[in-house]
Amino acid sequence: MAPIIEARDLTKRYGEQVAVNRLNLAVGEGEIFGFLGPNGAGKTTTILMLLGLSEPTAGSARVCGLDPARDPVRVKRLVGYLPENVGFYEDMTGFENLHYVARLNGLRNRDSRPRVQTVLEQVGLAGEARKRVGAYSHGMRQRLGIAEVLLKDPRAVFLDEPTLGLDPDGTRKMLEMIRSLSRDRGITVFFSSHLLDQVQRLSDRVGIMLGGSLVAAGPIHELAQQSLGVGRESYTLEEIYMRYFRETQMAA
Amino acid sequence: MYGLAAIYRKELEDHFSNVRFTLLLTVILMISLIMAFMTGAGLRKELEGFTKPALVFLMLFTSTGTLFSLVQFVAFFGPLIGLVLGFDAINRERAQRTLAKLVAQPIHRDAIINGKFLAGITTVALLLAAITLMTAGLGLWVLGVVPGGEEVGRLGAWLVLSVFYVGFWLGLAIFCSVVLRGMATSALAVLAVWIFLAFFVPLGATLIADGVAPVDSQATIETALRHEQIKRAVNYVSPIALYSDATAVMLDPLRRTTRSLILMGPLERVSLSRFESPLPLAQSALVVAPHLMLLLAATLTCFAASYACFMRQEVRTT
Repeated sequence: MAPIIEARDLTKRYGEQVAVNRLNLAVGEGEIFGFLGPNGAGKTTTILMLLGLSEPTAGSARVCGLDPARDPVRVKRLVGYLPENVGFYEDMTGFENLHYVARLNGLRNRDSRPRVQTVLEQVGLAGEARKRVGAYSHGMRQRLGIAEVLLKDPRAVFLDEPTLGLDPDGTRKMLEMIRSLSRDRGITVFFSSHLLDQVQRLSDRVGIMLGGSLVAAGPIHELAQQSLGVGRESYTLEEIYMRYFRETQMAA
Repeated sequence: MYGLAAIYRKELEDHFSNVRFTLLLTVILMISLIMAFMTGAGLRKELEGFTKPALVFLMLFTSTGTLFSLVQFVAFFGPLIGLVLGFDAINRERAQRTLAKLVAQPIHRDAIINGKFLAGITTVALLLAAITLMTAGLGLWVLGVVPGGEEVGRLGAWLVLSVFYVGFWLGLAIFCSVVLRGMATSALAVLAVWIFLAFFVPLGATLIADGVAPVDSQATIETALRHEQIKRAVNYVSPIALYSDATAVMLDPLRRTTRSLILMGPLERVSLSRFESPLPLAQSALVVAPHLMLLLAATLTCFAASYACFMRQEVRTT
């Protein structure tokens, strides 16, 4: 089966600085792909390039069989994006915020209302829909962000740090929601995070990004074999990650 | 197209429900009401006992009354309207982190800036039309004079000129909102440009003209003329001067030229005072056509600059 997200030698330079260096990766349909790396490693830049929001300096990408650099509007019709720490129009209600996004997605007024209602129920915000977003908690905002991404009925979603700053209960709900996107609806999930144990619990495969390069990608047990050696029965993603991290620092 | 329509609609809704805008509208309507009433009453007193002079209705907009005329008011405060409607167009989206998700929707990126500009222009047009109609309505009531077709045409032309004029300031404000991250910074930048164009350009024009062609007691007519020409040319850097000159011609049919200094022989002067006749609307329009073009060009330049900058900017919020 052809991968739904694919990058070939994807590179982004800002002047002298290389933000993303010859990135190659492929994500299959329905997979949960965890994207790891410290701040400033180039994770968000990679996501922006895959969505066609930022033009790659070199290399190419294919998302849902389309080239995001050439055909960003069609890619964005099929793919949802939740930016890190997403913002909303504070003095509009949750419902109005989603209604606006629905119209931006080409839904007519009368189709938009039931659709917005449905996604609000899916993320458990139907009760708060008529409140101003300014009065929402951080967890509610993140859920509203997920609802917004679901509006367009996406084939794949990019979630940038979806659990950042959430309390334990909020984190649990968010992870449950991400899992159900993939399991119940077959949506491909590409998400970046710092929280290694969560990524380990959730992801089918992970990619580790350090200093602009993808230093490892694959199922976690394979990465464990590669980095920690064969035969380790128990391993954590944190051990694997730190091993790669130290290796890269030694090399640099 | 649905992207542009959705953004246009939301921006219009925002403008009309905004407290800032409501305050501005109240102030402007209040001032124009008071002014219309005062000039109207003043005109009526002045005209008592006269037969109805031609084009008296337009004087409602141009006569200075006790303070200043409505036209001067728009020339002076138009920039403020543009500023209020545009100074936070893009950087507010950036500050509240909605820009990233906005561009992630299946719309073309230029729909955002086009929608915002169009919504701003629509608001400006509605606002100015409201002021004009209110003044006209009040004038009808106070003066008891019905405007003729010619006068309506002139007012319409003035309205178009004014929309372009305020559109220039709107474009400038949107440009600042694209280039500058802080909302307060962008508002101050627009204010600075306004002060520069309103006060420093006329001052500079006089200084330059004095330097290049000084006029003293022994100056020839040629020197005086050159002095005026230089002053005028430098002044036209500012859209405020362009707009003021254009409106003066448009609303005062007795003016045949935008120049303030006219050299005339004694015979010409006599003929002008004896046979003072208003210029037809089409001829007035011909006189101000270059001004209109320049204003339009300035507006489009501002918009094009903000468009180009916005399309090149990275989406990164940090």
